[in-house]
Amino acid sequence: MINLALEVGKTAAPEATMFWILGPLAVIAALGMLLVKKAVHSAILMAWVMITLAIFYIAQGALFLGIVQVVVYTGAVMMLFLFILMLVGVDSADSLKETIKGLRPIAILAFIGFGGLLVSLIGRATLGHQIVGLDSANANGNVPALAELLFSKYVWAFEVVSALLITAALGAMVLAHNHRVHQRPTQRDLSILRFRTGSLAETAGLANPGVYALHNAVDVPALLPDGSAAPTSISAMLEARGDVIDSSPFQLGQAEESEGEDK
Amino acid sequence: MTTAQILGQDPGWIILVKGVFVFIIAVLATLMAIWAERRIVARMQMRIGPNRVGPQGLLQSLSDGVKLALKEDLIPAAADKIVFIIAPIISATTCFMSFAVIPMSGPVSLFGHKTAMQMTDLPVGVLYVLAIASVGVYGIILAGWSSGSTYPLLGGLRSSAQVISYEVAMGLSLVAVFIYAGSMSTSEIVAAQQKWWYSIVLFPSFVIYAISMVGETNRAPFDLAEAEGELVGGFHTEYSSLKFALFFLAEYVNIVAVSALATTLFLGGYHALPGLTFTESWLGGWFTIVWFFAKVIFFFFIFVWLRGTLPRLRYDQFMKFGWKVLIPASLFWILIVATMRVMSLRGTSRGGVLGFAVGIVLVVLIGSFAYDSAKKRSESAPEAEISEPSFPVPAIPTSNGPSAQSEVSRG
Repeated sequence: MINLALEVGKTAAPEATMFWILGPLAVIAALGMLLVKKAVHSAILMAWVMITLAIFYIAQGALFLGIVQVVVYTGAVMMLFLFILMLVGVDSADSLKETIKGLRPIAILAFIGFGGLLVSLIGRATLGHQIVGLDSANANGNVPALAELLFSKYVWAFEVVSALLITAALGAMVLAHNHRVHQRPTQRDLSILRFRTGSLAETAGLANPGVYALHNAVDVPALLPDGSAAPTSISAMLEARGDVIDSSPFQLGQAEESEGEDK
Repeated sequence: MTTAQILGQDPGWIILVKGVFVFIIAVLATLMAIWAERRIVARMQMRIGPNRVGPQGLLQSLSDGVKLALKEDLIPAAADKIVFIIAPIISATTCFMSFAVIPMSGPVSLFGHKTAMQMTDLPVGVLYVLAIASVGVYGIILAGWSSGSTYPLLGGLRSSAQVISYEVAMGLSLVAVFIYAGSMSTSEIVAAQQKWWYSIVLFPSFVIYAISMVGETNRAPFDLAEAEGELVGGFHTEYSSLKFALFFLAEYVNIVAVSALATTLFLGGYHALPGLTFTESWLGGWFTIVWFFAKVIFFFFIFVWLRGTLPRLRYDQFMKFGWKVLIPASLFWILIVATMRVMSLRGTSRGGVLGFAVGIVLVVLIGSFAYDSAKKRSESAPEAEISEPSFPVPAIPTSNGPSAQSEVSRG
């Protein structure tokens, strides 16, 4: 604890102030990320944690890393956001019911063990040690120094990692790619189809839904001249869901009768 | 002394003054931009545009703003309230942040202090602008999601897809500038353009950036996130009053911001037009700010011109254009630029570099010619099969004139 206080005392005053303001905020957001119910709120808090980390990096002289952290992780969290929307649903919320019995104590135990390991390791590596070499590493500027390391000493690792990432991206595309069996009909094909097949009744487009002047909602089929409902005038989706209203009450003769009843 | 060194000596109060200056400039520019856009578009459509409030209708956007602020502020029942309120705030705050690294003038004296009109000079200034832009998109996406309604959600999703794909093209177009300037700092990029603007040296990059900046700011013809014909208002359908005003403000400040970045990276920043360099020392260096804003206004006019001219793209065409045209083109261009840069750094003669450039141009021309003719052949081949009618029609009379007629008379 004394060591920690000494460390904080040694850092520049503005940096320490910033740390004690942003640090707790980052921790609260990180905890909130685990505890909030809605998945989208989790994603937002995650973006916030990433941005605070980026500010810490910048304050510690790793300017390039900080900025790249924002660029990369905001994009990544955006992807997460899209995954939530597409896979889990717009209003998804976690249920807190334990599906497998006894999993929670194990998770908490693992969390404490792993957390303790991390804290002790990082603490041993940093507390009580003088930070050296930052100025000499950044002597020619942060970006050139980083570029020199990346493209000389670590060029092999760098290229291998990028090859790995590209392979992963390609693999995901191959797996998700759905090969089209038929060519998708173009507007021209559809137009030709309308004229060459069947009757010419629908060449000018399908009938609009609704009963003229009485009911024009999309869930009411139009009436044919003989008084029967036109099934093509409503969306097949609505029909499948059973959201269609019967249009016969709005038929002209019936409507007049019902109006008469009202009077 | 470089700009970074000059800025390093700024006391706190000068930085504060510059911050206030930047904020006032951005807000004023927004008010003027809305008025200018309405007037210019009106002129393009043979109308007059707003001309009632104030001289030439100049105060129209001010009165619109007051009206907007006094409207009722609605929050839909299905909305996620906290996110619904945070979203416009994210949009409106991030849009101002990129101005911090834009150099608006050369070295000047401000209240007797030698400085430059740029708040700070980061070695990764341009990347910082990209980072801020990608945070700014969160405003739009969260607005779309939190509204609890279908159209805004679709608008938000479209905008996220749009920004992710166009940011790639934008980032790639900037790589060529970094290679040539040897720096990612805005002030050093401007200093590197003293002789030749990068819009000339790196013309393809300039074109790609100019296209992707329109996509990035959600402006016509790429305004699919708020396509009023399909999505009512897109992501801001459910917003009203001041929250809507914040989105409105953010859109226009963003336009000015990307225009300012384009000016900095490709049009020589605050430098004067070639041949007019003597004006840079007028008013003790303050005249450079006039040059800077003249260039920004030029870009803004292009934005308005596009909106007045082009119809909105279809969504699939827009995505196809981004991924299949802009990104491969920028990758190809970066390869060429990098090769030429290495050649000139290795001391290859000017003739060698020029020969390489001419060779590349020839290869591209031959390639596109071959592609065109191959496409024409493949298009014409099945066309003949399709046009065979499956029902009896009279033969189409050939327009061969006398020979056809003589055949008929013979028959």
